[in-house]
Amino acid sequence: MTGQNGAIELRMTKKLRDAFEPQRLEVINESHLHAGHQESFDGTGETHFRIRIVSSRFAGMPRIARHRAINELLGEELREGVHALAIEPAAPDEKVRW
Amino acid sequence: MTAINEFIDNEVKNADVVLFMKGTPAFPQCGFSGQVVQILDYLGVEYKGINVLADDDLRHGIKEYSNWPTIPQLYVKGEFVGGCDIIREMFQAEELQGHLADKGIAFKGAA
Repeated sequence: MTGQNGAIELRMTKKLRDAFEPQRLEVINESHLHAGHQESFDGTGETHFRIRIVSSRFAGMPRIARHRAINELLGEELREGVHALAIEPAAPDEKVRW
Repeated sequence: MTAINEFIDNEVKNADVVLFMKGTPAFPQCGFSGQVVQILDYLGVEYKGINVLADDDLRHGIKEYSNWPTIPQLYVKGEFVGGCDIIREMFQAEELQGHLADKGIAFKGAA
């Protein structure tokens, strides 16, 4: 929703592409939705993201394992200031809402 | 085991359903925590909400305990079930209800 893609957004997108070779991928900055919920969030930063990803790597992988794989890949970003990561992972044959 | 680890371990083993969250069930202070509260309340599950904002050690400790970087975190019978996305997906697929039933947890609409 930002006019320009932020540095963290671009870095996460590249990592996800390289690691999962996704058929579909959306990295959405939702920081503006959380403005004010903590004093340091003014909504213009890169604090809250939603990741939607379809990859054959997720086939046969339980939900927790999918989330862990993404959380581990993006551990650096999570430690460095990404405060919330909503994750919607799917294998290619699964129904998605997007 | 560190003191905080011991505290968490004790909490998740002493109640059947435990939710580590931001805020309290009556007053969630984060939308993601609020969603899980709504699901548990809708299902009429009895659970213990623990506010991680009340204690910085707890807020960091819970992430290490489960090797899960975000909050909320739901535990059933001492076992980590998931965060907000997973709980919502499981609820919508009725897998959460199945999981609760398997673990012998009472909820509304249970067979």
